[in-house]
Amino acid sequence: MAVSLKVNGATYSVPAEPDTPLLYVLRNDLALNGAKFGCGLAQCGACTVLVDGKPVRSCVTQIGSLGQSEVTTLEGLGMVDKPHPLQQAFIEEQAVQCGYCINGMIMSAKALLDQNPRPTEAQVRDGLAGNLCRCGTHGRIIRAVLKTSQANGRI
Amino acid sequence: MSAHISRRDFAASLGVGLGGIVVAFTLAPKLSLSQQPAALPGSLNGNRMLDAWIRVAADGGVTVCTGKVELGQGIVTALAQIAAEELDLPLARLHMISGDTEKTPNEGVTSGSQSIENGGVALRLAGAEVRAILVDLAAKRLGVEASGLAVADGVISAVDGRKLTYGELARDVDLHREVTAKAKPKSPSVHRIVGKSIARFDIPAKVTGGTAYVQDLRLPGMLHGRVVRPPNYGAKLESIDEAKIKAMPGVVAVVRDGSFLGVIAEREERAIRASEALRQSAKWTAGPPLPDQATFYDHLLSLPDDPHVISEKQAALPDGAKVIEATYRKPYMCHGSIGPSCAVAQFADGKMTVWTHSQGVFPLRGNLAMALKLPADRIHCIHAEGSGCYGHNGADDVALDAALLARGAPGGRPVRLQWMRGDEFAWEPFGPAMVMKAKAALGADGRIVDWNYDVWTNTHSTRPDPGGNNLLASWYLNEPQKPAPPGILPQPAGGGDRNAVPLYDFPRQRVVHHFIKQMPLRVSALRTLGAYANVFAMESFLDELALAAGTDPVAFRLAHLKDPRARAVIEAVAKKASWKPGEKAGGGKGRGIGFAKYKNLATYVAVIADVEVDAANGKVSVPRVWAAADSGLIINPDGLANQIEGGIIQSTSWTLHEEVKFDRNGIKSRDWLTYPILTVPEAPKVEVELINRPDERPLGSGEGSQGPAVAAIANAFAAATGKRMRELPLSPERVRAVLQG
Repeated sequence: MAVSLKVNGATYSVPAEPDTPLLYVLRNDLALNGAKFGCGLAQCGACTVLVDGKPVRSCVTQIGSLGQSEVTTLEGLGMVDKPHPLQQAFIEEQAVQCGYCINGMIMSAKALLDQNPRPTEAQVRDGLAGNLCRCGTHGRIIRAVLKTSQANGRI
Repeated sequence: MSAHISRRDFAASLGVGLGGIVVAFTLAPKLSLSQQPAALPGSLNGNRMLDAWIRVAADGGVTVCTGKVELGQGIVTALAQIAAEELDLPLARLHMISGDTEKTPNEGVTSGSQSIENGGVALRLAGAEVRAILVDLAAKRLGVEASGLAVADGVISAVDGRKLTYGELARDVDLHREVTAKAKPKSPSVHRIVGKSIARFDIPAKVTGGTAYVQDLRLPGMLHGRVVRPPNYGAKLESIDEAKIKAMPGVVAVVRDGSFLGVIAEREERAIRASEALRQSAKWTAGPPLPDQATFYDHLLSLPDDPHVISEKQAALPDGAKVIEATYRKPYMCHGSIGPSCAVAQFADGKMTVWTHSQGVFPLRGNLAMALKLPADRIHCIHAEGSGCYGHNGADDVALDAALLARGAPGGRPVRLQWMRGDEFAWEPFGPAMVMKAKAALGADGRIVDWNYDVWTNTHSTRPDPGGNNLLASWYLNEPQKPAPPGILPQPAGGGDRNAVPLYDFPRQRVVHHFIKQMPLRVSALRTLGAYANVFAMESFLDELALAAGTDPVAFRLAHLKDPRARAVIEAVAKKASWKPGEKAGGGKGRGIGFAKYKNLATYVAVIADVEVDAANGKVSVPRVWAAADSGLIINPDGLANQIEGGIIQSTSWTLHEEVKFDRNGIKSRDWLTYPILTVPEAPKVEVELINRPDERPLGSGEGSQGPAVAAIANAFAAATGKRMRELPLSPERVRAVLQG
C-alpha cells in the first residue's frame, strides 16, 4: 500500500497504510525531525504541523485523510542557514531549554500569526494554550512570538 | 599503560561497569597504595590525564571532552566557554565531545547542579595547563621567556612579531600526562568569553528540525521497538499468544525474557500496533497492592524509619517561649518529560552500542553489563540528547529495554525504542512523597529561640549503581536481578534531607532525617531532591512564625540571617518587587517571599511571588514572580537566567497542579489529563536579577530556584487568604477545603 501526500511543497508516495498517523511518516519516511512524538494522544502539541495552514496534531492525523492538503512542517518554515523570522526570534530570545516542545510552539505560533499578525500577549498565550512546555521556558517563548509579530510584514 | 585501558581492565575483571560511586578506582591501576596521588580539584580527581580532557590537532582545532551532558540546561555551551577562555581560543575552534564511555572522562552523573562546579573547574584547570604547556614550548622554540609571549585566538606571539600557532606546536606536545592543576587560571578581570551571554550551540538545530535528539537518530537498517509493561508493579507474565503477534504485518520479532516483553517491527506504527495487540493478549498475575492514596501520608509515617540527627545545637530555652507546630506534606511527583524516554541500541559482533539520553553513561554501562551479562568493555554508551529529564526519568530504563530488543533483532540491525506516554508516567521513578513536621519557639523579643524539624521520606536516588541493578527491566527478566539497596545521600548536600538544615542562625535546633527504606512506589531523583519540599516547609513555617511574632516576613528573615550573600539576595528581590513591609494583603491577592541557598552549598536564590486566589472555584494563579540569584562568578548570564526562570515556572507547575494519582491496583496518572501541568496562559511573568561575584567560585544553579518559588507561592497564598496551605499541590479542591475549613 502506498499513500501520496504533499509536504513542504513536494509530493511523496510512502509505503504506509492510510490509517498511519502522519507523525511517523514525517519522521521515518521523510526524515523530518521537526514534529516530535510527545503523547500520541493529541494532548501536548509536540507533534504539531500545519495542514492547509491550520495547526493539527500529526500524532492523530491519518495520512489517508489528507488528500490534496498541503502539510507544512517546521522544516518547511526555514532552515538553519535561512531561518524563518519565528525561528530567528526563538534563537535570539534563546527561547529553548530542552527544546522538545519547541516545534509545536513555533508551528502553533505560525498559525496564530497568520490569522492575527499583531496579537496581544494574552492572545499569544491563548494561541499556545494547547502546547505543553516542561522546562519553564514559557516567558521566553511568549517573548519570541511577540517579537516576531512586532517585526511583522516579514511573516 | 594508559589510565583508560587500565580502567577497562579493571571493569572487565569485575564483569561490571564503573558507577559514579567507584570512580576512585579509576586511579587504582598500576599504582601501589603508597603512591596514592594527591587529590585533584573537581572531576580531575577521577580523570587525571590531561588528554582525557583536551586534545590539540595539527590544524589548531581543539577537542574538549566532558563527561557532563546536555539536558537542555545549556551546560555544553557553558563548559566550552570555560575551556575556550583558558585556552585563548575562539569558541568556533572548539569541538566538544560529551558523555561517551569510549571517549570522554567519567564524571558520573550530570545532576545536582554540579556540572559547573566539578566539570567546569576541571576544564578551567586543564585548559590553563594546556595553554601553559603550549606557551612554554613556544618560548623554547622562539628562545624567549614564556612571560614575554602573548596569546590570542590560538596564536602565540613574541614581542618581535614572531608567531607560532597551537597547530604548529601540536605535534611536539604530548598531553598524555597527568594533570598537575598547578597552572593558574585567568583572573576573572581579563575574561572575554566567560561572563558573556554566548548563544547556546544546540538551539539552532532544535528550532529548525535539525538532528538534535536521540529520537532523531536514523541508522541504516534501523528497526522500531516497543515494550509492553506489566499492568502494575511486580506483576508476572503468565502467557502471551506470541504466534499471533509474530504473524502481524511488519513484525520482525517478539522478544520475551521472563516478564520482560517487547516487539520489533520494520515500521514504528507497526511496532505500536503489535505492542497493543501484545498487551491485549498478555495474561499477568497481579503484583502486590499499593497503599490507599487517601490515607497515604499516615501509611508513610507508619513504615519503619531510620532516624538520623543531621544538625543539633544546644542552648538554654528561655521561659515562656511561645511554641508553634505545623506539619507539611508533599506528594509523589512526576518528571513529566514532554518526550517519552528513548534509546537506540545495536548488538553486532558481540558488542552492544547504546545511544542514550542517560544523565550518566558510565553508571548506565555498569548496570547494562550486569543485565546483559556482558563485560563492560563490550558495551559502548553514547550520549545523545533527549527531552528534558529534570532528574532520573525513564532514560536509563529505556536504554536496557532497547538493548534487550537489539539482542533479539536479526542481523545485528539497530533498534530504536521510544516509550509510549503511559509507559513513562506509570513506570518512571517518581519524586518521593514527604512529610515534614516543624516545631519552634519564639522568645519574648519575637526571635526564634528553638527550632525542631523532622522529615520522613525514601531515598532520593535509585540511579544505576554498582551495588545492584537499578534498571527496570532487569527485575522482570527470567533470572530477575535485584536493585541496589536504597541508600542515604550524605549531608551536607543530602538527599531527602537536602536543605533541611536551616541556613538561618537559631541558637538551638534539632533536625532529624527519618529515612524510610520501604518504597511503596518506585522513586528516585527529581530535580532538587528533597530541597523543594524542605524549603516549602521551612519557609512556610518561617512565615507562620513571623506572623505570630508580628514581624514582616522579609525583616523576620533578615533578623535571623548573618550570611551577607543570603541577605543580599533577599534585599535585592525585595527591592526589585517593591516589597512594602507590613503591606496589607487579602481579598484574594497576596505576595510572599521564599529563600534558600541550594543544598546550603550552591546558588543563593530569593523569590517573591504575587498570587491570586479565586475563592469561588479554588483556583490559584501566579501572575508575577521576581527573583534574585547569586551564583558566584557567572559563566553565561543568559543561560543562568534561563535556568532560574525555568526552575520558577516548573516549580509553579509542581506547586499548583502536580500529584501522582494511584489506587490499590496501580498508578492512575497515565497521561496529561490525569497528570496536568502548567499551561502557557497560566505561566507567571518572571523577572530575574543576577548578582555577579567574579571573585567567588561559580556555584551550581540548575536547581536553585524551585524551593524558593514554592515557598513564595505558599506564603503569598497565606497573605492573600489568611489561610495556610500545608499540603501540596495547591489544587482547587484542596484550596476550597482549606478556605471553607
